[in-house]
Amino acid sequence: MSKKITSLKDLDELREEGLKSLYPDKTKIMVGMATCGLASGAKEVFDILCQEIKKTGLDVKLNSTGCLGYCQKEPLVDVIKPGWPRIIYQEVDGEKAQKLIENLAQGKIWKESILAKMEEDEFLILDEKKKYLFDPNTGLNGVPSYFELPFYHKQLRIATRNCGFIDPASLVEYIARGGYYSLYKALTEYKPEEVIEEIIRSGLRGRGGGGFPTGRKWYYCRHAKGDIKYVICNADEGDPGAYMDRSILEGDPHSVLEGMIIGAYAIGAKEGYIYVRSEYPLAVVRLKEAIKQAEEYGLLGENILGTGFNFPIYINRGGGAFVCGESTALMASLEGRVGEPRAKHIHTVESGLWERPTNLNNVETWANVPVIIARGADWYSKIGTEKSKGTKVFSIVGKINNTGLVEVPMGITLREIIYEIGGGIPGGKKFKAVQTGGPSGGCVPESMLDLPVDFEELTKVGSMMGSGGMIVMDEDTCMVDIARYFLSFLQDESCGKCTSCREGIKRMLQILTRITQGKGEEGDIELLEELSEVVKDTSLCALGGTAPNPVLTTIRYFRDEYEAHIKDKKCPARVCRDLITYTIDEEKCTGCMRCLKECPQKAIVGEKKKPHRILQEKCIKCGICYETCRFDAVKVE
Amino acid sequence: MVKLVIDGKQVEVEKGLSVLEAAQKIGVEIPTLCYHPAVSAYGACRICTVEVIRKGWSRLTAACTYPVQEGIEVKTNSDKVKKARKLIMEMLLARCPNVKAIQDLAKKMGVEKTRFPEENEECILCGLCVRVCQEVIGVSAIGFVNRGIERKVTVPFEVQSDKCIGCGACAIVCPTGAIKIEDIEDKRRIDIWHTELERAKCKVCGRYFSPMATIDYLEKKGIEKIQEFLNLCPDCKRDVLINKLNKVNYSSSPVKFSNF
Amino acid sequence: MNLQILEKVDEIIDKYGREKKALISILQDIQEEYNYLPRDALFRIRDKVGVPLTQIYGVATFYNAFSLKPRGRHLISVCTGTACHVKGAGKILEKLERDLKIKSGGVTEDLRFSLESVRCLGCCSLAPVVKVDDDTYGRVRQDELIKILSRYE
Repeated sequence: MSKKITSLKDLDELREEGLKSLYPDKTKIMVGMATCGLASGAKEVFDILCQEIKKTGLDVKLNSTGCLGYCQKEPLVDVIKPGWPRIIYQEVDGEKAQKLIENLAQGKIWKESILAKMEEDEFLILDEKKKYLFDPNTGLNGVPSYFELPFYHKQLRIATRNCGFIDPASLVEYIARGGYYSLYKALTEYKPEEVIEEIIRSGLRGRGGGGFPTGRKWYYCRHAKGDIKYVICNADEGDPGAYMDRSILEGDPHSVLEGMIIGAYAIGAKEGYIYVRSEYPLAVVRLKEAIKQAEEYGLLGENILGTGFNFPIYINRGGGAFVCGESTALMASLEGRVGEPRAKHIHTVESGLWERPTNLNNVETWANVPVIIARGADWYSKIGTEKSKGTKVFSIVGKINNTGLVEVPMGITLREIIYEIGGGIPGGKKFKAVQTGGPSGGCVPESMLDLPVDFEELTKVGSMMGSGGMIVMDEDTCMVDIARYFLSFLQDESCGKCTSCREGIKRMLQILTRITQGKGEEGDIELLEELSEVVKDTSLCALGGTAPNPVLTTIRYFRDEYEAHIKDKKCPARVCRDLITYTIDEEKCTGCMRCLKECPQKAIVGEKKKPHRILQEKCIKCGICYETCRFDAVKVE
Repeated sequence: MVKLVIDGKQVEVEKGLSVLEAAQKIGVEIPTLCYHPAVSAYGACRICTVEVIRKGWSRLTAACTYPVQEGIEVKTNSDKVKKARKLIMEMLLARCPNVKAIQDLAKKMGVEKTRFPEENEECILCGLCVRVCQEVIGVSAIGFVNRGIERKVTVPFEVQSDKCIGCGACAIVCPTGAIKIEDIEDKRRIDIWHTELERAKCKVCGRYFSPMATIDYLEKKGIEKIQEFLNLCPDCKRDVLINKLNKVNYSSSPVKFSNF
Repeated sequence: MNLQILEKVDEIIDKYGREKKALISILQDIQEEYNYLPRDALFRIRDKVGVPLTQIYGVATFYNAFSLKPRGRHLISVCTGTACHVKGAGKILEKLERDLKIKSGGVTEDLRFSLESVRCLGCCSLAPVVKVDDDTYGRVRQDELIKILSRYE
């Protein structure tokens, strides 16, 4: 039977336990087992490590942890051994795992495949640093330090402070790094209005894309009429390419819970709901675990911290609909209805879930709350820009060397993110555009790379920061195809209620499809612009209201590509199927017959050791020959 | 009471009214398709788009779902509004090019043709049928299924609903005539809902009139006044009423009111 | 009405306290149990929870998670998120459609595979990504697909 926490002393005791768990007397190995880690093979690595540890009889603590953000280098394995700095190994597979354990069994550090070493840990909440005590002669002088790595150098991890540092299933480890001290402080030292005041002063704005000042939202909700109020966590992260929220939910679920409990106290809410999209099963598992633990220890549910404050949190899974990321559609879904948005002339803080005052915030927003309470609004408001305080978590994906999740102070430029942190474009290709803000955002070209990233600047050029997804595109990306892609996505996800969105997007997609098929006509661009304006202005909700953005920004910055497709019937990036041809360069072809065998349409003819030829009438442009050829003999024009 | 300006005219209306209702009160005409006073406003068709200026900010919005607010200025026919409405109308015309009500409204709005490839739908997904069935009749026999471009109104599993009473309210509110009700001998057919219901026989003249399910529904409502008329066809009902009023037997009168 | 289905459905409905607001959760559990939503189950929910059939059916057809027809034994999910799209996810989906002779959203005749596209699986550094049941495959090439699928009965 766990003891309920009712005093600082109780928290401190658990903190001690957590510190021992984080820094045990024996060797500890952590494997990054968030979804991206698992997809790279982390589970197999974990199992092999387990096996090898048993075989060698070593006394090692093997743990799983969340995402450190450097997804490109997954699976990541950390070794924490007393007397050594923390060592982070990259791209670990079965073989490397074996070598690691072999070396450990001999008391040695395996010096290969190391990403970085960490000499100290930072406990952001407690404003403390903990040094790893180690012998300077470990021979790791050549290994870069975690903070020296370009990927991490400019990062400031607030919302993702614990991801990759703790075992997400361990409450005591969360407490060890300062968890739930903010809750204690809020409930015992602050009146609810004072908590709201602090959040307002911090300048925290919604991280889900809307950017509404969080403190002000809480204020309105608190002062709305009604005894029963709700707080909701929007974990329906739907933007393709964005997985920041998933990372936080899988790697540090308690940070979201703590934030929500503080918020509920400030607002006077009765119940909390976390709406997790159905495509995130691991996040649901972690959250359920965390809720159970928090309830056991009196941090959630009845009589929180012995203060008499009651507040339970329930988890609801989405049913698979992007539109449910919109707050009114989300609430409809929670009520057991279809995810149809309603006009927000009456705000959800006045009338939301079951027509009661409801405060909805994004995962990342909630995760920031405990830090603001701990370190204060003054500290927080010094980070970021004048109107965009704090940090933002971004997912950098696409044609970039260092794909992953990064958290940086707002005001950093796109160039810094893409070239310094992201490591630039792979394969020596040229940068073309970066898509920010998901389907609601737009493509930003090279000329705008020095724009600072915050709530205001990107919007000025037609895009938006959105939830933080950043998809980098190079010269091999067709911007017309990208516009078509986003509209296709939105057509699938539109709820279909209003004419503007349903019919408007459909017609825009028809035009774009024609253009990519080489059937573009004079006047198409103008018609797209006309449709864009009306869909933007008359749609019922933000899905329709922002749907034209990818089209408008690509027309604005890449009009020449549209014109090439329409007038010349050419796709400069050689992507649009109907406008390209696959041919075999006879000089490079060795006649190995590999492509011939793989071709699904039997469209390649040729004899062994003689140059092959593609029969254009049969070719369906699937590109398999291009992928298969080892001699670079297949050309795309 | 809330004070606002509509097309330059000062208006004062009760709180809680929509801009559409306020405009109607002062005789300002705003086109609508998915609006009907008998059911809740929905905001689906977007044809009632107007311009609202509030605290210096102008935006387009659907008049039927925008609540009146103190000090707002509404423009129901500005250039921006006209442009938006015309394109929305063009989209609807492309969807339902052969529906008279849509053709007429388009013509009225100055939309001669559509630049989009034509479909051949009759339903504009206004949801009036769904709302009347749910809110007024209270049986929810029909509803929206799927989402996006696949969205449509139908009965679950595309089979006759055991809740449908065949009252025809859906057909009455439908702005495009997409719902067709056929009364043939002893059956009422609503093909779009895959429904066929038995009609009741008039106690007096023996002709078939309303579906029996409608009669049962009305009976269950337990409204005293109508109980005695439940099994009478409209003509005989009128005769009985007139008799009651004048205490004279008019059943032999040459004047007969026909069934609409 | 299949008694076994009814019993299981009743169990699920009771687990959520027969609450109207739990409709989606109830449907999710049923979907997980049977790999689709049996018609009888929807009628049962109407009777026990008191929600109109049109609402249940509307919800069942609105969300991607539900299907009214049985899904295949193995679910192939091709990620078509933006990062995967720029790395050729479209071609992978088309190859699967050709090879399995079904369209995205469909089931093979022998009920072996269901094919769907999802956005996004959150493994963008491994684009293009294909998931079969609980197994995630990254950096997938068109010519690897047949081998991957052969692992699933």
